[in-house]
Amino acid sequence: MTANPGVRFRTYSLLSLFVFLRPLGNLSLAWGTKHFPQVLSLNPAVYLRAMVDPFVALGIGMLILALLTRMALLSLADLSFVLPVTAIGYVMATLFGQIFLHEAVSIQQWMGSVLIFAGTGLVGTTAQNTTPGPGESE
Amino acid sequence: MKWILLSIVVTATALSDLLQSHEMKRAGEQSVGARGLARLLKTIAVRRYLILSIVCLAISFFAFMALVQAEPLSFAVPASAASFILETVLAKLVLKEHVGMRRGAGALLVLGGVILLAR
Repeated sequence: MTANPGVRFRTYSLLSLFVFLRPLGNLSLAWGTKHFPQVLSLNPAVYLRAMVDPFVALGIGMLILALLTRMALLSLADLSFVLPVTAIGYVMATLFGQIFLHEAVSIQQWMGSVLIFAGTGLVGTTAQNTTPGPGESE
Repeated sequence: MKWILLSIVVTATALSDLLQSHEMKRAGEQSVGARGLARLLKTIAVRRYLILSIVCLAISFFAFMALVQAEPLSFAVPASAASFILETVLAKLVLKEHVGMRRGAGALLVLGGVILLAR
């Protein structure tokens, strides 16, 4: 079941937006929580206090937009397509972790990133939607 | 504690994704432009499985927040991708998606990459 070029373009536009938004949101969240003075526990009051931190709030905002983008993406493409293709975000998270949080990244981790690139590319060559439904009807 | 948090993240994420994928396909094509977002939010509000999926996601999110505070981002993010294979299998079995050779091989490559990335 091959999608028409318009649907494919819209799918990849949503994908691009998502793979930037999620790692940036995670980065902002990690930065905010690491600099938050209290340990996050099961106490909701501590979470609410953490959410007032600007970096945590920005991270949450970006992650909410990423969630909505991904939901729109799932209206056009299979879950088993979206999962590996968006895994490129893990590579970006590693890169951002190294650049902004100064986390060490080993050769093994860079090899992992190469495998993710290859897997993402391979899945990207498959039909994006293999189930009949409204998302595929155009 | 980190493994308990990780289990919560993985289980809640898998359930959330299955519900979202099922419901969003039924809802038809969505977008994230100004009007698209309004329509998407309306779609979410009237579909109870989408609301349930967001509840699952919230559980996963709070567990993830606690995880990233205690562990490096380069552990927390790839480790939480353990839900990845579980979800691919469930997508085939429950959502009846076609997971052929290329998609299966690609998914395994990504899994290998995520394991290497997680150290």
